[in-house]
Amino acid sequence: MKFLSDSALERLREGAEAPDLAGTRYRLLDRIARGGMGVVYAAEDENLQRRVALKVLDVPGSDGDLANRLIREARVLAALEHPGIVPVHDGGTLADGRVFYTMKFVEGRRLDKYIESVISIPDRLRLFLRICDAVAFAHARGVLHRDLKPANIMVGPFGEVLVMDWGLAKILRSADSNVARVADPEATIFEKPNQPSTDGNTTEISVVTGHGTVMGTPGYMSPEQARGDIEYLDARSDIFSLGALLRFLLTGKPEDTTAPGISRLDKSLAAICAKSMAASPAERYPNVQEMALDISRYLVVLAVGAHRESIFEKGIRFYRRYRFFILLIAAYLAMRVLILLFMHR
Amino acid sequence: MTEEDFQPGGDRFPPTRRSVIEAARSIDAEERERALEALCAAYWKPVYKYVRWRWKRPAEAAQDLTQGFFAELLERGLLDNFDSKKSRLRTYLRICVDSFVMNEDKAARRQKRGGSIPHVALDFAAAEDEFGATVMDPASIPSPESLEEFFEKEWVRSLFTLAVEDLRELCKQRERTRTFRLFEAYDLEANEKISYEQLSNDYGLPVTDVTNALAWARREFRKIALDRLRELCGSEEEFHREARAAFGWDAK
Repeated sequence: MKFLSDSALERLREGAEAPDLAGTRYRLLDRIARGGMGVVYAAEDENLQRRVALKVLDVPGSDGDLANRLIREARVLAALEHPGIVPVHDGGTLADGRVFYTMKFVEGRRLDKYIESVISIPDRLRLFLRICDAVAFAHARGVLHRDLKPANIMVGPFGEVLVMDWGLAKILRSADSNVARVADPEATIFEKPNQPSTDGNTTEISVVTGHGTVMGTPGYMSPEQARGDIEYLDARSDIFSLGALLRFLLTGKPEDTTAPGISRLDKSLAAICAKSMAASPAERYPNVQEMALDISRYLVVLAVGAHRESIFEKGIRFYRRYRFFILLIAAYLAMRVLILLFMHR
Repeated sequence: MTEEDFQPGGDRFPPTRRSVIEAARSIDAEERERALEALCAAYWKPVYKYVRWRWKRPAEAAQDLTQGFFAELLERGLLDNFDSKKSRLRTYLRICVDSFVMNEDKAARRQKRGGSIPHVALDFAAAEDEFGATVMDPASIPSPESLEEFFEKEWVRSLFTLAVEDLRELCKQRERTRTFRLFEAYDLEANEKISYEQLSNDYGLPVTDVTNALAWARREFRKIALDRLRELCGSEEEFHREARAAFGWDAK
């Protein structure tokens, strides 16, 4: 038997990793990212002559836990047609036995990278509203994302927002949704293992508890999700993650922190974050629309439902909202005073 | 997308071999022996090199210990205690090797008794040459992490070597020996200077044929290696973890 050197081992690993696209209409281009389940490649659809993203499992087989998860993700995506949710094109099993699906190739940046170039708070909030839009749509179709975090949000060159990675999605059985019809009947049961992801300092985890399997990302995962109370998860679990995402957009951190270098949040925004991230789901916003409404009210300088203002705060907000007219009237009055003073000299 | 779209087509994927863990616990003596042969084939070299490095044993003592270990594995039914939910088979075996070496007297007695080991040709001379060629600092004090890393690397080397041999056999059966030679020249030599164009000139083939041949060989290699790996794991979950480790997917 021939001795395999370390470099031969590396070469064998590299050669064995690429998916076998024989018999498909796709041609492999580059590797884009590696996640917990497998790899995402850029590929060319030779029939339509367009670039697509191809997500493929590492190991063959269409009946394992990871394969079921990938298939379910593809089906959930296929049922969620929304401008804020990445569209899926095709799916199946490759010649090497690995399950795959193809989706729109998103040319953009991850949210955490993108916001480095967006300084204005109102611009960040408008971006956040587009994320809320996509998540609210999914909730209306009976789907919880369960892993909302900056690494799973892409922003395109024209500011379009796409919510990615629906691998942990949960189908709410009670929802009137055609997603529930296409999804795996076991979708609400999560006894599935997961692998560490490689996307930054927050790591997707999977821990088996007495109640179920904990899957999600610390910092963005609701307390009930972290406890493994999966049967009790509803839209308010995603609202917790949206709250953490909002805090991240405003301060650069998902948690409430007063560390040096982190600017203090405006009281209304801090209240929105606090309400979204309340430990008890009952104390959170009941749905994404209400959370988005509070953000929209903040953007047009109206009182937000999450914060009861003092008289002084009301005065400040009144001044901010009508600053132009107040300054105009003040200037007019000042001018009148000057004219009167001049005439009485 | 229907269920059929996600099903592998035709007879490309034969049913996977039964796990050695299950087979080793079988009441059928023949099946048990076959399982231990498979286990021994994949692990004897990592065990030998591990004993040489971790326990600093001379070549001859390491050979005795390796043989003694597999004999003990068979006689004492150590695999019966393995639980794939608690650890990987690889880690379990390494810990068993440690306990075995620490109890050397017992091993020596077994050697005198002449314990039986599975019918696998143990080419210790080749293993010793490979051990000598392995790049490592002999003065280094092995840490728990480096022990695991070393054992894992040797286990991957052993697994891939067996898969390459299986591929060679497959190529011979299918009269694709030229494909294997191309694979050997490009992937096994791992010579950075060699290119598809050069292979195309050397073998008088169009570059597309070289590309296709290598793609076929890599696909088969991957399939064989995963199939062997599946056999060496106690559960689907362990298989997924070990596949990620063997192919370096966790590190990327």
